[in-house]
Amino acid sequence: MTTTIPLSITVDGEQRDLAVDPRTTLLDALRDRLGVTTPKKGCDHGQCGACTVLLDGRRVLSCLTLAVAKDGADVVTANGLGEQHPVSEAFLANDAFQCGFCTPGQVCSAVGALDEARRGMPSAATADLTGPVELDRAEIAERMSGNLCRCAAYVNIVTAVEEAATR
Amino acid sequence: MTTMDARSLGTSVRRIEGPDKVTGTATYAGDTPVAGEALVLHPVQATIARGEVTGIDTAAAAALPGVVAVLTHADAPRLVETDDPEHRVLQDTTVHHRGQFVAAVLAESREVAAQAAALVVVTYAEAPSSTAFDPDGETYAPSVLGNGQPADSSVGDPDAALAAAPVVMKASYSTPMEHHNPMEPHSTTATWVDGRAEVWEASQGAELARQTLATLFDAEVVVRSPHVGGGFGTKGFLHAGSVLTVLAARTVPGRPVRFALGRRQMFETVGYRPATVQHMSLGASTDGTLEVVAHDVVGATARYKEFVEPAGGSTRSMYAAPHRRTSHRAVALDLDAPTYMRAPGEAPGSFGLECAMDELAVELGMDPIELRVRNEPDVHPEMGLPFSSRGLVECLRTGAERFGWSTWDRAPRSRLVDGWWHGVGVGCGTFPAFRMPGSTAEITFTGGRYVVAIGAADIGQGARTVLTQIAADALGVDVGSIAVEIGSTEVPVGSIAGGSAGTASWGSTVVEAADRFRDKYGDSPDDGDHADAATPDNPWAEEYAMAAFCAQFAEVAVHADTGEVRVPRLLGVFGAGRILNPALARSQLQGGMVWGLSMALHEESVVDPRFGEVINHDFANYHVASNADVRDVEAVWIDEDDPYVNPMGAKGIGEVGIVGVAAAIANAAYHATGVRVRSLPLTCDAFLEG
Repeated sequence: MTTTIPLSITVDGEQRDLAVDPRTTLLDALRDRLGVTTPKKGCDHGQCGACTVLLDGRRVLSCLTLAVAKDGADVVTANGLGEQHPVSEAFLANDAFQCGFCTPGQVCSAVGALDEARRGMPSAATADLTGPVELDRAEIAERMSGNLCRCAAYVNIVTAVEEAATR
Repeated sequence: MTTMDARSLGTSVRRIEGPDKVTGTATYAGDTPVAGEALVLHPVQATIARGEVTGIDTAAAAALPGVVAVLTHADAPRLVETDDPEHRVLQDTTVHHRGQFVAAVLAESREVAAQAAALVVVTYAEAPSSTAFDPDGETYAPSVLGNGQPADSSVGDPDAALAAAPVVMKASYSTPMEHHNPMEPHSTTATWVDGRAEVWEASQGAELARQTLATLFDAEVVVRSPHVGGGFGTKGFLHAGSVLTVLAARTVPGRPVRFALGRRQMFETVGYRPATVQHMSLGASTDGTLEVVAHDVVGATARYKEFVEPAGGSTRSMYAAPHRRTSHRAVALDLDAPTYMRAPGEAPGSFGLECAMDELAVELGMDPIELRVRNEPDVHPEMGLPFSSRGLVECLRTGAERFGWSTWDRAPRSRLVDGWWHGVGVGCGTFPAFRMPGSTAEITFTGGRYVVAIGAADIGQGARTVLTQIAADALGVDVGSIAVEIGSTEVPVGSIAGGSAGTASWGSTVVEAADRFRDKYGDSPDDGDHADAATPDNPWAEEYAMAAFCAQFAEVAVHADTGEVRVPRLLGVFGAGRILNPALARSQLQGGMVWGLSMALHEESVVDPRFGEVINHDFANYHVASNADVRDVEAVWIDEDDPYVNPMGAKGIGEVGIVGVAAAIANAAYHATGVRVRSLPLTCDAFLEG
């Protein structure tokens, strides 16, 4: 067999030890090796956002992240956030999904995006780069555009994120 | 005739599986835990568009540690011959299209499987191929369209009527090849145990998948599709990858084999909406009364497997005119076979018809809404049947009022705001309402709940939830007393989620079973009481024409300097019978409208005719609407009581949402700029002067 490299990561609060082929992405490590199937593979190219997880608190595309580079990292998926999380609750309340395949990525991305906005990070839609970010619908849509939804629940996703932002 | 009483129906019950979806614990076909380590399948795909495989060297691949098997046509198990060439996977040496599966590696990990697949050396004898769609080249007359309708229809003398008509509008419109791209790529997990295949499949119809596989393998097959990550038509009929996975699994009995297509393979092996060119001819009197409507379509299909997009189909039912014609001609190409894609026929066909109506309105100096109202038919214009209900005019009137249509000057290029030309446009559409036969619903009272079992598919439209509501109302109980079991061949058979007919078909069956249950046991059943029913025929099917209708309104902004097109506002008004769950219906209709926006502005699969390959085969190059492309999208509906379609009074809404949107946007772009674009998608260059 191919050489494997040991690593240890925390996934949704639980420490997991494994050994992976150095070519293994974080997404494949989670799904194939650890049976954590909450993050989805929509493209494997970082173009759709379905694999988004929170890595040490920041939203990342787990399909573009090599597992071996993240020894010791803390990974949180939508399942780790749970259905009681304000973002998850807002998605449920606003029917912000249909088939649900992109949803775990959308939820993680929204949590990351809200945190970025709170920290004052601007986006391409931000008019004033010096003040606090005002999360209007255009700003939310821009920040959520890395997560494609072919069912096109976008209108409800923006409403859900808008609602979660006020909680 | 009356529709059933509604208590839960008409209310916005939340999606039953919602919590599983927001936490990602809903299991799709590629997520299902299986007994034993799953082997990973990685395919080897043809690099020529047409010809023969002359040799396959698998030695280097087979020697790689971790590789379990390399399958080719030389050693793959034999399949039973069927009439679908797409399912003849690894059965012979013929290559029908680039990307066709010619071998497959099974390995212990996906990294090794991919590496090994790259080591397989395939040699070919290449034959001349044709992969560029040339609508002016060699065509043929198909015997039937993709939806089973005849290719041609004619009433009166359309040519003579065109020659005599005081006002004539003739133009040609083109729509490109488009790919479905559900977020979940097609996935199959298959295990053979004791000569029986257990298959987890991303499918719009588990029973149809089971029938296909059981026939091909002459074996017992179980198919499970508990959750499906979008379908839009591409997960209706099984494609080659699913057959390949079950075939490969047969060589390793007892071990699960898993194959999830890569995004690039989604452009090569699972179908698409074929390109069309639509020649429209409208003739009218000076008051706008249509004398003749002719819609002549040339569309692409595959040489090895025919599917002809029924783009002229809805023109047969939209507007009154004494003289009329639709025709479809096909161009055979050496490509993967096209298939059903959300509103097949209606989506591209409404672009031709509804842009042509807009151009005729300009020619007549008439409001485009009034032109449509003037040509509203009393009965179906070709069949002569009355409509069970037809809300088109009310949709137009309601939408015009809500959209503020009358506040806009009808002259093109009349509103410039901050460097953007703004305009508004309208496009209409229809989608038939029918019922598929062949489902069975079973109701069992157990543990204080009614278990309702039917092989329906929830692909995101909310089948689980709305069938719960239908069963609750039909049994006269609360939704909390209902447990719906769907998405598997281990429950009674269900027809597919397709043709916007899922809810109508399964729902009618559930109502029939519920009626029988109540007849037998009343409202106080005992544990274990049980009734079932097959899909009842609709007694009105031959008496009335049945369809949903819509009016789509768009505001478009085109940048005066760059030609960039944006859609700040979309309003869709729908006449679709009783809306069973307003929240879920709004989501589905809005989703359809965004598909229309995406079709109008972004989507186009580009084939390189030298290689027969879709070159923009990923999300970076094949653009689908993203969140920032979508602004104000509103879906509303008129009150429509239709006692003839089904006991629920509901028409399908999965597809009508997209119909007419691209035309509304193109018409609005004309109104904004004075530039008429007759080819999708609407790109910046079309609006730049000089």
